[in-house]
Amino acid sequence: MLLALFGAVESGIIYAIMALGVYLTFRVLDFPDLTVDGSFVTGGAVAAISMMNGVPPVMATILGALAGFIAGCITGIIHTKGKINALLSGILMMIALYSINLRIMGQPTLSLLNESTFFRQLEGIWAKTGMDDFFNGILQSLGAERVPSTWVIVIVMIFVTLAIKFVTDYFLKTEVGLALRATGDNQKMIRSHSANTDILIILGVGLSNSLVALSGALITQHQSFANVNMGIGMIVIGLASVIIGEALFGKKTIAIATIAVIGGAIIYRIVVVLALRVDFLDSGDMKLITAVLVILALVTPKILQARKEKKRRLKKRAELNSRAEGA
Amino acid sequence: MLNLKDISMTFNEGTPDEKKALQQVQLELKQGDFVTVIGSNGAGKSTLMNVISGNLTPDVGDVLIDDKNVTFYPEYKRSRMIGRVFQDPMAGTAPSMTIEENLAMAFSRNKKRTLKLGVTKSRKDYFREYLTSLNLGLEDRLNAKVGLLSGGERQALSLLMATFTEPKILLLDEHTAALDPSRAELITKITEDVVKKFNLTTLMVTHNMQQALDLGNRLIMMDKGQIILDIRGEKKQDLTIEDLLQEFRRIRGEQFESDRAVLG
Repeated sequence: MLLALFGAVESGIIYAIMALGVYLTFRVLDFPDLTVDGSFVTGGAVAAISMMNGVPPVMATILGALAGFIAGCITGIIHTKGKINALLSGILMMIALYSINLRIMGQPTLSLLNESTFFRQLEGIWAKTGMDDFFNGILQSLGAERVPSTWVIVIVMIFVTLAIKFVTDYFLKTEVGLALRATGDNQKMIRSHSANTDILIILGVGLSNSLVALSGALITQHQSFANVNMGIGMIVIGLASVIIGEALFGKKTIAIATIAVIGGAIIYRIVVVLALRVDFLDSGDMKLITAVLVILALVTPKILQARKEKKRRLKKRAELNSRAEGA
Repeated sequence: MLNLKDISMTFNEGTPDEKKALQQVQLELKQGDFVTVIGSNGAGKSTLMNVISGNLTPDVGDVLIDDKNVTFYPEYKRSRMIGRVFQDPMAGTAPSMTIEENLAMAFSRNKKRTLKLGVTKSRKDYFREYLTSLNLGLEDRLNAKVGLLSGGERQALSLLMATFTEPKILLLDEHTAALDPSRAELITKITEDVVKKFNLTTLMVTHNMQQALDLGNRLIMMDKGQIILDIRGEKKQDLTIEDLLQEFRRIRGEQFESDRAVLG
């Protein structure tokens, strides 16, 4: 159980980068971008094939992110210059990427078991520090029987993901970032303030997909294989993270919203792990669980809000009545 | 400053819905001119505004700003030189962003947008000082989301955002029409002040004849895509609403009579 939760947090932090990308399009740009299902795999495929051809893992990961950026830009161009509906542009790109990903990989699955991935390199350095023994010692003294094999992935990924969060926060407050947000908020207004909304949409969708692809590249290395189908339903997982995060942690400012998205991604993984421990459910039910989760996260806050409002009104009425009786 | 040469614009050409929105319109504005535009619905006022702002490209004719031909500049490129306030108070601001962020976006209008922070300490002071001039108390609410402001407050903010980079041309598209009388008066007052302060070349569309008479140094009346009346300077000062109606009847008299015949 503890190990399963640990694994959930570990992969949750990596998936959080993808969720931040989905936040950029879905929330900031108000652009429901389905490219994600394809670009996630593109990131993994490019990183895997690069590593197998001798590119250093960090470089390979960056190449993966770059490939995602290009894919996103193309979606943006199809939408803005081709004047095709946002949803359809994303779907078209997603379908196109499926074939492209197969071409990149050459076969449906690539194994990285014999490659020195980013995480294996980290583990190599980390092993010398003896930090694992320290953390596991704490866990064991707390009564844990089985302990995680390494802590380095969690620790490094927390730093990487937070760094991306802070850069995103900063970017969205720059002059370009403000114009990007306004493009999602009121296009007419920002165009009358000399912003080229087409370029901003292309840039925004590109950046979003570069994060998605980066996440895909890291997940590929984490699970030591790339599969052409590993992106299916990724957009819904990203949405689930964004929506769960916002429901639990709020979205008052950008900084809160982005940390909420990261939290949402981790919580999503934990919920999935817990759900799979129910005997009745198996791994094939994951997509159903995700869909139900998104619906719950969307509906529950509204019901709670409506209840609160009703209570407030009733209280106000009661107050007025009692005052009237008193007089 | 602004020069419109022989502008014609037809919508749905060659169909039964054909509409000649502008017919060989000539208009020249000098630096500091404040022109009010009146005319009935469908007279071509909005089309004229959209042609100037770059939202629409005319079928024929040229738009010159400062002797530079900008006819084929897209809207975003032209809006470096043009400030615009729309009729809808919701249209001129980004509701989910704060007052200071909205102002920062307007501030970058005539510059290249960079990766520097949009809202800085010094800009904040500048914004605050600026907002104080509105007397709406907005200077204390820099961090409030614009969506929380009332229509009048949003329109005042839009006006400020459209003008404080001192654009070459200011376009006001019935910008007080959606407000209650007292708010409309306030916005009119602010408009007058700000145009005077920066000596802005302004084109204002209005349905309020009194407003058209009170403001500006020149008045044009449009009908069926043409400018049918152009009154400036002292002559405008003596003008009354009755004069305008009479003038309209005189120019379109023949049309008027035939309409009456049909309706009668």
